[in-house]
Amino acid sequence: MNLFLDAFAWLADPANWTGPGSIPQRIAEHLWVSALVLVIASAIALPLGALVGHTGRGREPAVMVSGGLRALPTLGVLTLFGIWIGIGLAAPVIALVILAIPPLLAGAYAGFESVDRRTIDAARAMGMRELQVVGKVELPLGMPIVVGGIRSATLQIIATATLAAYIADEGLGRFIFAGLKTRDYGEMLGGSILVILLALVIDGCFALTQRVVVPAGVRATRTAELRSGPTRSRTIVGRPNTEGNQE
Amino acid sequence: MIEFRGVTKQFPDGTIAVHDVDIVIPPRKTTVLVGSSGSGKTTLLRMINRMVDPTGGQVLIDGTDVATVDPVKLRRGIGYVMQNSGLLPHRKVIDNVATVPLLRGESRRAAHAHALELLDTVGLDRSLADRYPAQLSGGQQQRVGVARGLAVDPNILLMDEPFGAVDPIVRAELQQELLRLQGELGKTVVFVTHDIDEAFLLGDQVVIMQQGGLISQAASPAEILAHPADSFVADFVGADRGKRALHVTEVDGRRVVVDADGRAAGVLAS
Repeated sequence: MNLFLDAFAWLADPANWTGPGSIPQRIAEHLWVSALVLVIASAIALPLGALVGHTGRGREPAVMVSGGLRALPTLGVLTLFGIWIGIGLAAPVIALVILAIPPLLAGAYAGFESVDRRTIDAARAMGMRELQVVGKVELPLGMPIVVGGIRSATLQIIATATLAAYIADEGLGRFIFAGLKTRDYGEMLGGSILVILLALVIDGCFALTQRVVVPAGVRATRTAELRSGPTRSRTIVGRPNTEGNQE
Repeated sequence: MIEFRGVTKQFPDGTIAVHDVDIVIPPRKTTVLVGSSGSGKTTLLRMINRMVDPTGGQVLIDGTDVATVDPVKLRRGIGYVMQNSGLLPHRKVIDNVATVPLLRGESRRAAHAHALELLDTVGLDRSLADRYPAQLSGGQQQRVGVARGLAVDPNILLMDEPFGAVDPIVRAELQQELLRLQGELGKTVVFVTHDIDEAFLLGDQVVIMQQGGLISQAASPAEILAHPADSFVADFVGADRGKRALHVTEVDGRRVVVDADGRAAGVLAS
């Protein structure tokens, strides 16, 4: 209990909220690193996942790659790249990108795959070009699952971005590592609490987004399906939300 | 006019869906392709708008080989109505109907105004325009599908078992609507079904297909009933049994038509 009192005392100390290395600065750094990782990982994984889901080809390799990447221990990867590239932001960003790719990839291809083939066939028969099928049909209909993947990836990035402080002077992890070194467990626990709160707040935002991106017509479909049973079995392998956040 | 010349479709796994088919589909008439599943009727239909490309032979529309036309451009000029309507679930009825005109670059205002007129044409209330497909009944969805197929005022309307998934009462209603529409619009309709009664009701020309994508007979319903090409056709149309094997009996001086089971079908007018 003492430890928590120490943590809250540390959090309440105005000295920790101003100046260099203050809590707001570390939160900003943490968010910046997370956002950077998310953008890079999304730029790699989302188009790839969309391609796999759209064409139905390359599914096996995609599953294998995301499975393989999932198995890599982030701390090990971070250490490896840290030794290789040196101190700085590059190594943790690479390690976190590797961590974020599997849920993003799985979310993207599962989202695209979940769209009824007959709807896609009809869109094509009406004269949509492939990119129009992707942009006007598959993306809006698959969006909730794609966002689910982004949500899952973001949560993991924010939680794991603490490791950036292991090798760079960035993020909320600084408090945890500094506290560990100086045996200031109040600071360590305070830092941890901040990470948890940050993750929860961001996850809440995504939960809202995920609800908003369900197209209105599809919400209507869902109530209709509840009455009549699903019209088509949906195969979603590698559910995007199996890690970090269970709904 | 749509013409199939020696058209064959063999899938990569070796299955022959359509085998050396020659048919002429006359303009402004309804041609019904009918056969059991696996007879290649849908494959044949989908060759007209290049959703399927033949592995041999040619498909010509007004003398132009469709293989030389950009598929996207071709499809935007041909109406397509499919089973289960194929409507985009995330778009309102009016946007579904206006999809192709918008793809062709028409203004939103013009496309929507035209879409509302098309709802009238297919017998739907304009108040449904802002609903989503899932909020409509199966019959209403099919009507929206027909309206969408007509949206660019195409010469050709392809219909792939459009009434297969609705209940018999609604189906009969939609069939009558289609006859009325066709009387008004005079499109070249190519209609796929496995229901021979539907084929005889709707078709000016009926093409009977059998397993392996072979055409058994292509003729008017009356001609098929009068001269079935072979025993397969005779059996398929049921010319010698049930409600098609009609004969006349005299009842109190009036000539009554009864079917094979003796059920009264009508009275001879003359």
